[in-house]
Amino acid sequence: MRWLEVGDLEDIAVGAAVLGTGGGGDPYIGKLLARGAIEAHGAVRLISLDELADDEEVITCGAMGAPTIVLEKVPSGDEMLMALRHYEAISGKAVTAIMPFEAGGLNSCLPIVLAAQTGLPLVDADGMGRAFPQLEMETFNVYGVPAAPVAMADEKGNLALVETDSAAKAEFMARGICIRMGGQASLVNYAMDGATARRVSVPATVSLAQDIGRVLRQARVDKTARLNALIDFFGTTHYGHAELLGSGKVSDIERKVENGWSVGIVSILPFDSDVPYRIRIQNENLVVERGATVLAVVPDLICVLDIDTAEAIPTERLRYGQRVDILGIRVPPIMRTPGALMVFGPRAFGLTAEYVPLGI
Amino acid sequence: MRIGIDVGGTNTDAVILEGDRVVAACKSPTTEDVSSGISAALSTVLGESGVAASAIDAVMIGTTHFTNAVIERRRLLQVAAVRIGLPATRGVPPMTDWPGDLADVLGRHCYMLRGGHEFDGREIAPLDEAGLLDVAREIKAKGLRSAAITSVFSPVTAVMELRAAEILREECPGIALSLSHEIGRVGFLERENAAIMNACLADLSTKVVDSFRSALRHKGISAPFFISQNDGTLMTPEHVESYPVLTFASGPTNSMRGAARLAAIGDAMVVDIGGTTSDVGMLMQGFPRESAVAVDIGGVRTNFRMPDVLAIGLGGGSLVRDGGARIGPDSVGYEIMKKALVFGGDTLTTTDIVVAAGMADIGDRARVANIPAETIATALDTIHRMVDEAVDRMKTSADKLPVILVGGGAVLVSCDLPSASEVIRPENSGVANAIGAAIAQVGGEVDRIYAMEGRARDEVLDEAKAEASANAVVAGAIEGSVKIMDIEEVPLAYLPGSATRIRVKAVGDLAMKGAEA
Repeated sequence: MRWLEVGDLEDIAVGAAVLGTGGGGDPYIGKLLARGAIEAHGAVRLISLDELADDEEVITCGAMGAPTIVLEKVPSGDEMLMALRHYEAISGKAVTAIMPFEAGGLNSCLPIVLAAQTGLPLVDADGMGRAFPQLEMETFNVYGVPAAPVAMADEKGNLALVETDSAAKAEFMARGICIRMGGQASLVNYAMDGATARRVSVPATVSLAQDIGRVLRQARVDKTARLNALIDFFGTTHYGHAELLGSGKVSDIERKVENGWSVGIVSILPFDSDVPYRIRIQNENLVVERGATVLAVVPDLICVLDIDTAEAIPTERLRYGQRVDILGIRVPPIMRTPGALMVFGPRAFGLTAEYVPLGI
Repeated sequence: MRIGIDVGGTNTDAVILEGDRVVAACKSPTTEDVSSGISAALSTVLGESGVAASAIDAVMIGTTHFTNAVIERRRLLQVAAVRIGLPATRGVPPMTDWPGDLADVLGRHCYMLRGGHEFDGREIAPLDEAGLLDVAREIKAKGLRSAAITSVFSPVTAVMELRAAEILREECPGIALSLSHEIGRVGFLERENAAIMNACLADLSTKVVDSFRSALRHKGISAPFFISQNDGTLMTPEHVESYPVLTFASGPTNSMRGAARLAAIGDAMVVDIGGTTSDVGMLMQGFPRESAVAVDIGGVRTNFRMPDVLAIGLGGGSLVRDGGARIGPDSVGYEIMKKALVFGGDTLTTTDIVVAAGMADIGDRARVANIPAETIATALDTIHRMVDEAVDRMKTSADKLPVILVGGGAVLVSCDLPSASEVIRPENSGVANAIGAAIAQVGGEVDRIYAMEGRARDEVLDEAKAEASANAVVAGAIEGSVKIMDIEEVPLAYLPGSATRIRVKAVGDLAMKGAEA
C-alpha cells in the first residue's frame, strides 16, 4: 500500500498519455479533477492486487463517450459516485475497493477521484493495460467476469442500469444511453470479488503510468537518453519489452470512414529512405506497417512520440512535418492469450494482420 | 494612404503605405504612456515623407501592450468569474490551474451557477436567474467593475451568456462584461480563461485605446483607426475596448503578414531571424497557419487563434562551437556589439562567420581573418541545415514553397534551401510588423459542432460559410470582397448523427471612406 498524493498526478497523466497509444482522451482534465478531489478529501490509498482479500467487493470505473465533449462539458466530479451508489442500492452490495477499467488516457485519473471521495482503496491494476475504444475490450471480459450490471450516471443525476448477458451487448446499450446523457457518461461495471480481480486484471498499471512519467521527467536532459530510458524501463516491467520501431517525419495524414469506424492512415517518412511507415488509426493506433511488413499490431501498444520531448502525441494532434519516434510496447502475457486476442486482437478491429508479439 | 504602427515592448515602428509602396518607415522607442511614443513615430514618418495628415485614409495599430500587462501582472482589474454550467463543470472551478500570483491579483471571485447546454443545443439545466441576482448583489457589494461570463457549449448556443449579461448589466450599471462566446471556441476551460483575462484588462483597454486616439488627434489625423488581432484581421477601437484579449500574439502574425506583402507572395514560409532565435511560420493565402494546441499566456492555458510558429535557437548572436558543427541555442544577445569577434570581443558568433565568409560587411573584418576555412564552411552548412529543417518541419505538405527571410539576422542565410522553391529577401524587412498591421483585413469565423446525418455535406458547409461571411461583414468588411479563407472539418468519434466540428474563417477588405483599393 502507498498513498497517492497531488504530487503524483502529473507523472500519472504523462504516463497515461503514452498508454493511451494515440487515443483515450487528454488526461489533463482528469488530472485537474483528481487534484481537486485529493485536496478536498485527502490522499488515496493505492493497493496492489496481492493486497486484496479474496472476499473484497471490487468494482471498476471510468467514463465513456467522446473525449471532445469532456473538453467543453467538464465533469462535475460526482458522476462516478452517483453511478457507484446506484449500483450499491440495486445490488445490495457494499463496494470495498475501486479499480480503473482503462489505464490509458483520461480514464487513468478519474478512478482516483472516486477513491478520494469514498475513501476506498484504489487497486493498482486495470482491464485494458492501455486504451481501447469499447467496454467489452477488457481482460475482465476475456476471463469470464460479466460486464453487466453497468451502472451509469451523468452530471445531471440521470441514472441507468444496464442488465444484459454479454459484454458486447452491454457496450452497445450503454453507448446508446451515453448519447442521451449528452455524449459522455460515467460508469461502474465489472463487479467482482478480490480473488477474481487477482486472476483477471492487468497488474500494477497505475504505478506503470506513474513510472513512465517519472522516467521521462528524470531523463529530460537528453533526448536520446529519454527514449532509451523508457525502453530500458519497459524491460524491467511485466510488459517486458519495448522497442523503437522507426523514426521519421509525418508526411501524410488521411482520414476516412470505413465500416462505421473513423479511420486515419498516418504516413511517417524515415530520414534516410523513401519507404514510409504507415500507422492505421481507429481511435487508437492499431497497426504499423512498412511496405508489406507488419511491424506491430494491436493489442501491442503503438505510441507516436515527439522526437525531441518524447511526449506522446494523440492522434488528433498529429500534423504534417512533426518529427516522431514510433515506439512499440509488448502487452503483458495476460493480454495475449488466444482468448484475449479474440476480444481485442487484430480480428476484433477488422484487421487481417496476424498478431505476433513484439520481441518474441 | 494608410499608416501601420507596431507598438512593441521596446520599439514603436511606423510606416506609411501607398498601395504596396512603402512611402516612409521609422523605428522609435516605446514610451511609458504609449501615446508620446506613437506621436514621435508619426512625426517622423509624416515629416520625412511630407505626407499631409489629411491624406491618411486609415491607421492600423498592432500592440503587445495587453499581453505584456498580463505577463507582468500590471494594471489588471479584479474580476467576477461567472460560470454557467452546473451541475457540469463543478469538479474544476474557475482559475483552477492558474499561476497563484495572477489568480491573487484578480481576486479569485468565482461563481458557479446552474445552466449551460449539451453539444446538440439541449439545456443541461435552465439558467439560474435567481442565483445570478445574488451574484449581482455580491459584485455590487464588493465593488467589482468587470465580469467574465462563460456558459457550457456557448459556441453552439450563446443564449444563456447573453441573458446573464442582460441581468448583470441591469443590476450592476456600468459593469464591463466579457462573454466567452465572443472570445474563444469550443474547449471550456481555455475559453473561460480567455474571458477572465479579457475582463481583467477592461480598464487598461479603455486607457490604451484612448491614448491611441489622442496620439492620432494630436497629429491631426482624423481617419478611422483599427487594431490588429491575433489572426491578422482588424478590430475597431470600440471592439478592442471590449475584447482586448484578442490582440494577444498579434505581433508574430503582423510580422508574417508584413513579410508576405513585402515579398508579394501569399503562400510561403516566413523565417524571421533575430539575435537569439528564429521564428518560422507558414503563410496560406497571406495569413499565418494557426496553432492547433493549447497556448500558455502568462502561465494560463488558452486556445487562442495564434499563428503556429516554431522558434529555433539560431540568431545573429548565436554561439558557434565544435568547429562550426554546433550553433546556439545560446546567444550573446544584446551584447553582440561587445562580445562578437568583429566588434573586438572574444566570442565566435554566427555574425562573425558570415563576415569571415564575405557575405556581410559588419564590424572589423580583419578580426575574423584567421577563422579556419573549414570552420566557416561547416558553420554555414549548419546554419542552412537548421533553417531548412525548421522550414520543412512547419510545412503542411511535401510541396516546395518560397521562403521569405526577414529580421536583422536574415543575412545568415545566403544559399538556397533544399526545402524552398526560392529564397526571397525583401527590402524594409525591419518594419515587417508595422506593414503587417497596415495591410490587415477584416475577418469572421464560425466554430461549431454540426449534426451531419440526413443532410448533404455541402449544404451544411454552405450554411457555415454564409455565417462566417456575414460575421466578416458585421465586423466591417466590404460585402463583395469577402472570401472563405479556411475550412476545417473534424468528425467526432462516438457521437451520433455524424456529428462534425466545423470551423470556417472568412476575410474581406476593410470598408474605407477613402479611394484606395
